[in-house]
Amino acid sequence: MNWHSFAEFGEMGGYGVYVWGSYAMTAAALAWEALMLVQRQRRACQELRDQPRLRAGQR
Amino acid sequence: MTRAMNLAAFVARMPQARWFRFTAPATFYALAGRLLPWCWGAAALFGLAGLVLGLGLAPTDLQQGDAYRVIFIHVPAVWMSLVIYVVIAGWVGLSRVLKTRLSSMMATALAPTGALMTFIALWTGSLWGKPFWGTWWIWDAHLTAELVLLFHYLGLMLLQACSAGARRSDRAVAVLALVGVVNVSIVYFSVSSWNTLNPGSGIDFTRAPSMSGMMLGGTLLMAAAFWAWSIAVALHRVRSIILESELGNEWTAELPEARP
Repeated sequence: MNWHSFAEFGEMGGYGVYVWGSYAMTAAALAWEALMLVQRQRRACQELRDQPRLRAGQR
Repeated sequence: MTRAMNLAAFVARMPQARWFRFTAPATFYALAGRLLPWCWGAAALFGLAGLVLGLGLAPTDLQQGDAYRVIFIHVPAVWMSLVIYVVIAGWVGLSRVLKTRLSSMMATALAPTGALMTFIALWTGSLWGKPFWGTWWIWDAHLTAELVLLFHYLGLMLLQACSAGARRSDRAVAVLALVGVVNVSIVYFSVSSWNTLNPGSGIDFTRAPSMSGMMLGGTLLMAAAFWAWSIAVALHRVRSIILESELGNEWTAELPEARP
């Protein structure tokens, strides 16, 4: 382990802004993609559930 | 074109081609569902191990200090941005030759992830470059080609959104995908040979190791995590695409997802 304290870990030898800026944006981008995925699948399933009722109504 | 059709007929007739049944969206939907937990698990496992090794255990670089730790996401993101494009071109080619709907669905499912990986590559590269080159951006071959790659992805997504099965735009997708492969090779080769600012790929298996073992290990673990993530995301997204296009078919109505 290189680090002696959390503060040192956060500072990244003076490059904290660049290192954590990279990691934070990557985490945010991946989280956003996961959220979009879940929402799209949920919407598709909702349309599926609406479908049979539509058909039953037509008969 | 006739040769392509002959090939399609030949492959379809192959008796040993049992894998071919997975080209049916219904079968692949189930298969992808079974694979998904393993892919998410692998992504989490490799990602955690890579972060511990890369951020916690790997030593500080003599020249770059701790700024080099961006490498653990930058390099895997660049790799994925290139790999996903080539895979998309492969799926697009397959869908032209074999006329399987699933192939073009996979191409559509992969494009947003490729665009995201390209964005991450550009963002992290910019943040990494600033402290060492004194600039966020430079119009050299490598960076420009990576930016062009982002536009290729966005163009693909736009065409795919318009196409949705229309013949003519399917051909446009194919043309764009193939042209983009040339650009991908520019990105790939410009890292090492066209070098202006980029610090080289850093990973050279032909020479004595230029990276410490832990740095290399962290990079490879994170690359494995990005691979697993991309596969998981593509499988998840292609399932949504299948559901959307198979709406109204019998098998979708019988899915557990369809029960109220």
